[in-house]
This record gives sequence, C-alpha cells and structure tokens, in this order.
Amino acid sequence: MNGTLNVTPAIPELFVFTMACLILVVDLYIRKEQRVISYGLTLLTLGVGALLSLSSFSAEPVFTFNNMFVDDALSDVVKIAICLITLVVFVYSRDYIEARGLYKGEYFVLGLFAVVGMMVMASANHFLVLYLGLELLSLSLYSMVAFQRDSALATEAAMKYFVLGALASGMMLYGMSILYGLTGSLDIPTVRQAVGGMSADDVVLIFGLVFVLVGLAFKLGVVPFHMWVPDVYHGAPTSTTLFIGTTPKIAGFAIVIRLLIGGLEDLHGTWRDMVIILAVLSIGTGNLIAIAQTNLKRMLAYSAISHMGFMLLGILAGTPTGYSAAFFYILVYAFMSLGAFGMILLLSREGFEADELDDLKGLNQRNSWYAALMLLLMISMAGIPPAVGFFAKLSVIQAIIDVNLVWLAVIAVLFAVVGAFYYLRVIKLMYFDPPDEGVQAIEAATDLKVVMGVNAWAVLLVLPWIGPIQQLCLTAVASVMNGFVS
Amino acid sequence: MFENMQLIYVAIPLSCLVASIIAGVFGKKIGRAGAHTITISAVALSFVLSLVVYFDVLAGNKFNGSLYTWAISGGVPFEIGFLIDELSATMMAVVTFVSLMVHIYTVGYMHDDPGYQRFFSYIALFTFAMLMLVMSNNFLQLFFGWEAVGLVSYLLIGFWFQRESAIAANLKAFLVNRVGDLGFLLGIAAIAFLFGSLDYSAVFSAAPQAAAVTVPFLGVETTWITLICLLLFVGAMGKSAQVPLHVWLPDSMEGPTPISALIHAATMVTAGIFMIARMSPLYELSETALSVVMVIGAITAFFMALIGLVQNDIKRVVAYSTLSQLGYMTVAMGASAYAAGMFHLVTHAFFKALLFLAAGSVIIAMHHEQDMRAMGGLRKPLPITYLTAVIGTLALVGFPGFSGFFSKDAIIEAVHLSKLPGSGFAYIALTAGVFVTSFYSFRLLFLTFHGRPRMDQEVRRHVKESPWVVTVPLVLLAIPSVVIGAWYVEPMLFGGFFGESLKVLPEHDTLAQLAHEVPDATGVELLLGIMLHGMLAPPFWLFLVGAIAAWVMYIDKPELPGKLAVKFSAIYRTLMNKYGFDEFYERVIARGIRSIGHVFWQIGDAKVIDGWMVNGTARVVGWFSGIIRHIQTGYVYHYAFAMIIGLFLLMTLFLKF
Repeated sequence: MNGTLNVTPAIPELFVFTMACLILVVDLYIRKEQRVISYGLTLLTLGVGALLSLSSFSAEPVFTFNNMFVDDALSDVVKIAICLITLVVFVYSRDYIEARGLYKGEYFVLGLFAVVGMMVMASANHFLVLYLGLELLSLSLYSMVAFQRDSALATEAAMKYFVLGALASGMMLYGMSILYGLTGSLDIPTVRQAVGGMSADDVVLIFGLVFVLVGLAFKLGVVPFHMWVPDVYHGAPTSTTLFIGTTPKIAGFAIVIRLLIGGLEDLHGTWRDMVIILAVLSIGTGNLIAIAQTNLKRMLAYSAISHMGFMLLGILAGTPTGYSAAFFYILVYAFMSLGAFGMILLLSREGFEADELDDLKGLNQRNSWYAALMLLLMISMAGIPPAVGFFAKLSVIQAIIDVNLVWLAVIAVLFAVVGAFYYLRVIKLMYFDPPDEGVQAIEAATDLKVVMGVNAWAVLLVLPWIGPIQQLCLTAVASVMNGFVS
Repeated sequence: MFENMQLIYVAIPLSCLVASIIAGVFGKKIGRAGAHTITISAVALSFVLSLVVYFDVLAGNKFNGSLYTWAISGGVPFEIGFLIDELSATMMAVVTFVSLMVHIYTVGYMHDDPGYQRFFSYIALFTFAMLMLVMSNNFLQLFFGWEAVGLVSYLLIGFWFQRESAIAANLKAFLVNRVGDLGFLLGIAAIAFLFGSLDYSAVFSAAPQAAAVTVPFLGVETTWITLICLLLFVGAMGKSAQVPLHVWLPDSMEGPTPISALIHAATMVTAGIFMIARMSPLYELSETALSVVMVIGAITAFFMALIGLVQNDIKRVVAYSTLSQLGYMTVAMGASAYAAGMFHLVTHAFFKALLFLAAGSVIIAMHHEQDMRAMGGLRKPLPITYLTAVIGTLALVGFPGFSGFFSKDAIIEAVHLSKLPGSGFAYIALTAGVFVTSFYSFRLLFLTFHGRPRMDQEVRRHVKESPWVVTVPLVLLAIPSVVIGAWYVEPMLFGGFFGESLKVLPEHDTLAQLAHEVPDATGVELLLGIMLHGMLAPPFWLFLVGAIAAWVMYIDKPELPGKLAVKFSAIYRTLMNKYGFDEFYERVIARGIRSIGHVFWQIGDAKVIDGWMVNGTARVVGWFSGIIRHIQTGYVYHYAFAMIIGLFLLMTLFLKF
C-alpha cells in the first residue's frame, strides 16, 4: 500500500454520511411544514446509496484505508439490502412518527448514521473498524429508541438497551483485545493467519473467542443474550422497532461472517459447538415464549430470537452452502419482518397502537386486503410452502443435514412446528374472530399501501428467482472466504 | 409437414379445453347460444383435425415424442407427449365424432335446463381429457387422462345435484373407481420401479427381457409382468365396469342421457379396453393375466346381460347391455384378439351411442318418463327414432351385415380358437350371451315401440318426434352403425390395420388362425363369405331364437312374462337384486370399512392423536411457555446476570485446561 488514499470503495458510506450531515443542517433552516424536504432527501440518500453500492459491485475484493476497509460482493449485497430496506422503513414510518411528534430531522439523521454504521460493519476488514461501525449503529439506535421522550416505556427500553449494549460491547472489545494480544494484529486477515498457526485448544484463544462470540450473540439477540430484545421491541416506538428488527440483523450477519468465517474459520470446530448451543436455545426459547405473548411486538421479538437461531444453523454448518443459506435466511427474514412490523404501523393511528394481538381480531371483516397481506407474511414467517420463508428454512436445514447434524435438524423442525402455532393464531384472530366493538376504519397513505402490498406479495412472487438470489448469496460469502487469503 | 402435424396434434385436445374453459368461466356472459356455439365449433374442429391425423397416419406418418417436460424426479422424467399411431388415431376419430354428435344432440336434450352452459363446459372438458388419455405416450399422462375423465364422469353423473339419487350415484361411481384406480396406480408404480421409465416405447422394448423376473406377491411367486398386468387390469375393471367393479355403471344412468351415450357407453368406459390394447406388448407376456382378463370379461358379458332381461327402465336396459358388450371386448383382449376387441369398441361406440340417444329421444317425447311399462306403440309418432333404434338394435344383436355382426362374431370365433385356460368357459358364455342380448334388445324394442300404448291419454296426445338437433345425430350415428363393420372388417381383422401399435405373439394369434377359416377372397366376396359363415354358426341361430322369444313374450302373449316371473321367482329375484352385489358392498364392505374407520377415529385419532399427542403436547408447551416467560422479569440486572451466566456457561464448557 503506497501513500495515496483510494476512497472509491467507500463512496457509498461517504455519500450517505455526507448527506446525513447535510440533512442535519438543512433541517435547521426549514419550517415544520416543510419537513417533507428532509424526508425526501433521506429517501433519496438511501436510494442513491443503494445505487452506488450496486455500481461498485464486483466479485473481486478491493481493499483501501491500509487494508482496514474492503469492498467485496458480501459488503455490496449487504449495503444494497440495508439501504433499500431502510428506505422502505422510512416510507412505512412517516405517518406513524408524524402522528406522534417524532417527525423531526434528527430522526432521519439518526437513521442515516445507523445506516452508515451498518455499511461500515459490512465493509470492515479490521477489528477496530468493525467495532466503530457497530458502535455508530448502536448509539444511533439507543437514541432512536429513546426518541419518544415522554413515553416511560420507551425511555426504560432505551436505558436497558444502552446498559446491556454497553456490557456486550465491553465483552466484545475485551475478546478482541485478547485476540490482539495473541496475534499482535487487529487486521482480520492477519489474525486469521496467526490463528491458523496456533493450536485450536489454545486456552487464551478460546477465552477470546468466547468473549467475541458473546458480543456477536448480543447484537443478534440470541439466547441467553436476548433479554433486551422483547423489552426494546416492545418499548420502542414501532417505527424504531421496525428499524431495529430488520437492517441491523443483516449487518449483524455481516460481522458474524467477517469475524467467525473471515477471521476465525480455523476455529470452526470449537465455535461450532458454542453456536449449536446458542442456536438450539434460541430456537427453543424464542418459539416457546412467543406462544405466551399477548402483545404482537413482543411476539415478533421472540419470533426474531428464534429466527436468529435458525440463521445460526447455516453458519454453524461451516460450509459455503451453509453460509449462503444463512445469508439468504437473514435477507428473507429482514424482508418478512419489514412487512410484519410495517403492518402494525399501517394499522396504528394517532393515539392508538395496533400492537396487541387482540387488535387484529376480525381484520378480515374490516379490511380483507390487509388481512390477506398479513396472512401471506405470517405463512412465510411460519415457513409454510410455497412462501419464500419455507425455502429459507429448507436451505439452512439442508445445510446442517449435509454435515450430518440430523438431530439438530430434527430439533429445529420440531420447534418450527411449535412456532407455527403463534403465526397461525394471528391468522385465526384475523379470519375467525369477530372484531371488537367500536374499532375504526383503517386509513393509510397510498404509497404506504402500495409498498406494503408489494412487500407482502413478494413472499410469493419472488419464487421464480429464488435460485438466482441464492446464487448471489453464495457469490457474496465466497468473496469473503477467498478474499482473506490475499 | 412434420412441424405442422405437431401443431395439429396439440390443437386437437387444446381446442376442447379452451372451449370448456370459456363455456365454464364465462358461461353467464356468452349465454346459452354462445356456450353451445363455441364448444360445438371446438369439437368439430377437433373432429376434422382428427380425421386429418387419421388419414395422415394411414399414409404412414406416425409420431412419438414428448412436447413438454413437467419435472424430473429420481431420473424419471414426467412428460407430456403424444403417441400417434393407428390405435390412437382410430380412438381420436371415434371419440371426437361421437362427442360432436352428442354435443349437437345436447342442444335439444338439455334445452330447458338451467345448467346448460355448465353441461357444455363439462362435456368439452371430457373430450379434452379423453383425447389426452388416448394420445398419451407415457403412463403418467395416461393416468392424468384416466383420472380426468373419471372426474368429469363424476361431475356429470351428479349433474342434477338436487336429486338425492344422482348424488348417491356419482359418489358410488367415484368410490368404486377409486378401488380400480388404486390398482392402476400401483401398476404404474410397479412399472416405474421395474423399468425406471414411464415412457411406453421404453417400457415395451424392455418388457421381453424383464418377462422372467419374478416377485413374491401375497405369498405366491409370480412374474413382475403378470403382477403389473393384473394391477393395470384392476384399473380397467373399474373404468370399464367389469365384474365385480361394475356396480357403478347402471347407477350412472342418473346423469343426463347424452352423458350416458358419450361417457358411459361410447368412450370413457372403453378406456380400459383401449388401455389393455395399448399395453398388448405387456399382456402378451403373461398368459395368466390374459386368462384372468378373459374369464372376468366372460362373466361380465353373460351375467350382466341376464340382468338386462328384467329391467324396466329403458336406460338401464341399455346400460346392462353396455356392461355385457364391454365384457365381450374384454374377452377379446384376453384372447389376444386385440384388433377384434378394438373393432368391436369402434362399432359399439356408434351403435350404443345411437341406442342411448334414441332412448333419450323417447324420453324427451315421453316427458322424462323412463319406465318401458308405461310406453308402447311409439313407432307411429316417432318414426325417425324408431327406425334408428331398429338399426341400433340390429347392430347390437349382430344381424348379418350390420356392424355389430362382424365385430362380435370375430370375438366369438377368436375365443373359440384360443387355447388359454378359461377360453372354453368364455366361448360358452359369449355364445349364450348372444341369445340373451337378442332377447333383451327386442324386448326393449317391442315394449317401447310396438304393442298397445300404455301411457296416459294426456301424455299420449303430446307425444311427438324430437327436434332436428336430436334426430340428425341419430341419423348420422345410424349410418356408421350399419356400414362401418362391413367397411372395416377386412383391414381391421385380417389386414393388419393396427400395424405395430398392437403386438400379438404368434402362439396367441387367434385372428391369424381365424383368417384361415374365412374364404380366401377380398371385397364383397369376402363380406358375403363371412356372412354366410356367420349364418351357419350357432350365434346367428341364437339371435333368431332370442328375437322370436321376445316377440312371443311381449307381442303375442304379453301375460307370459308375469307368469314366468312367478314360476321362476328365485331366479327373477336374483336378477332383480343384481346378484346382490350392491347389498354385499353396502352391508359388508362399506359398513365394515366404516366401523374400522370409526374405531380408528374414536380411539386412534380422537383419543391417542388428538387427546394425548396433539392436545397433550399443546398443553405441555403452553404450560412450559407460561412458566419460562417469567424469566423475563423486566429488571436490567437480571438480564445482565443472564448474560454473565451465559458467558460462564460457554467458558466452562469449552475451556480445557
């Protein structure tokens, strides 16, 4: 690496970051009624961010900033997904935050900073860069959770998230420092080389690995590091829940790939067993507790926990198809989660949160179109064919069967069946229970309705392209596995 | 030319399908006239194209190929493809012609029915399914067509779904066919297992090598081929209504008469016969299967004809006659006289459709009265119907020169020459059957058209000939009923008309032996020779005796049948009860299965599965879920504690000092 700095690979991040600062300034000078300018600029930023990531797409990794930053297929796919999904998140959120006095420039700017953080995570080739992105994301999210300052529930959730997040970050950082002490480097490829030369039973190495893994587990929200998830999902404004429940999962997947596969794949034999424990606990606990929930947001929070467990199945398989299955799973999950939380936003009105399960009663009689959309999303989440959620589950389970973990596959499938209960209960409430007295008609903006319709129908309409998407996932994870050999 | 022919092949079934969809989905929009115009035009197009294909095939232009691969599973491709040869081309021409006639006839018959468009949609769909069945070049598509015609048959038997008897009849047809179809499906599965292919040509070419492979089945060591043939024949027994799976066909007369003509006489019920002919390369390899086929066919041919003697419903008489004639065709298959069986299938399609439609015409005139005891003397008011019915009857009983004579005589002669076990019995049954056939046919004719009118004055005054849409198909069907036999007897029986599409081993070739017995001549001389030969054989005399007996009993001495019924009351009751098949199935099989089902339901399903396993699991999960949700206390230090515990857990498990 010579002295010149090649910023080309980081253009998407730089663009989004610059635009975030610009929007912050612009927002100071516009009146309240003109806030749509900030909103429009945010959407524009995200759209262009996705385009820029697409334009820099290449299967060959490009390194910059002294090898701390990499632009490869994985980072590009993750960035495109993050930008597009965040864009939809803001489309869904607009009416909701407007009705609750959260329609402020800062909200969008925080969202964009979080996006920058996630993009940096996706491109990190260095422990510190990775941590930097993670903290940028986390701090933005803490603030977004607390954004509804007059809500005690939101404030409490933000405090819990912040305290526990700090604890987890500390653990992760501690793990990284131990790895640094062992290998003398924070550069992921260098760490990989150094670890490759060590015994897999090295006590200090595993000590570090455990701490790193705990940090990752917290960010993904897997058992037993999941306790924040239901409280934060529940307490945060639904628009923020929507955001937390979608894109950070994809970014979390990216750093799992960067750290566990990119950096520590030689320890696969060791971390595989740890991840098995986490995955089984998550799938089990998530699905079981979800049954007992009466609040839709909490239910979806536990569902998220179990979905993360499913995603980990692909990771722990330790094969390229497994990783790509996990990637596919996380993309599909983010997409379904987007729709499901989006539906809560759509059904909510000023002064009324449609986040209790009972609020869905008789939805079919009130609006059969929305009921049908929710039905599609629930079927997909439960993993019932022919929805895309089924193929996501199928591919991760296929991956672990390929590595002879049939018992694990059996457990996963059994809990998926248990989990189907609470998704089907939503359908039952919508279609077979009479609506409560005095519920009002559902009103929503046209753009929201259109995007929601596309979002929900996509779980079926995407079917013919599942093959190409899975191929793309495989290309993306392969770029990491090959790229670090450089 | 080749490219164009493929397009034509595709267009033949698809035009019917498209018409069916249009008439079915947009029936309300296009109205009654629209529905019949579009379906009749589509079927007419199919018929014309089928004729083109027919002459193209006769000119030597055959086709066997796949058009579309649906899926490949375990190396076995599931395809849609056509096998166009003499056999399928003949069937296509017959099916589309009869279907066209029935379509036209329906315009008159269903004139006032509220379900007019639905009816046209169904029969066009039936034509599509039947064409797919006969044109198939693989077992999967055969099965598809097989099930599809069964489905449409079910829908049409229950067409008047307000009638309880119609619903009972279509359910019965469906259930009985399920039994047959299970055997059929098992047969196909056995083929896929043994040959690893579902393609006809691949299976047929591999069959001789596989003929010796044996398999233990129900404790008996048998060859795979025998097993496969018997299983396929179970399917044919269901579809072609052979004893003991025949019980659905008489009840299917609950459907509208055009359906009885098209589906339950001319085409669908012959699918089983066609299938056996198509599978002749397999059946030839198993004498056991051929014997079984022959004996079952002979039983059906004779004993079902007997029941026809005592029926009073005009359609039921024709229905039992159909059963009996299907038995004749089945016997022909068993005697390896496939060409004779197919020949009879073709002639029967014309004259039986004619008889049904004539019966329908009578029913229209009688304002939907079907009991022959309330008819009589209809010859004068219904001249065209009468004349065509006479032609149909003469063809059915095998009057020399009429089509049925050639085909039926050929079957009887072929059976006589067969050396398989059971052929002696079959010969006697078929020959005796000729007498019975003649008797019930003339009984029908005499009771309906001759004698003293027995209907009310009111009805009698309104009896008039049916409209032209009804009589024209009758006339058009009457023509082939007369001439088709004479026309095709030479090529079909002795001229190798079916070419490679039927395969007969030399030692089974009864028709070739038969060829030695007929005069060595061609053209008119041959026809005369055959007729002369026929008039010297017992069937002809039996036919005469039957006709005379019917005349004596129903014209000369009308009080005689009543006396005989009293005198031979045991036989009469047995026949009226149809040998008790229905009672047996209802009391023993249906009730037995229901009580087994009841046990499984109450104990197996309700108690064990629902009670313990499903609800039990749900209770345990719910209870457990209620408990562990309390872990989520809401206190942040509990959460942090859980994280620390998790951390220590991982460390203790994985750190090895």
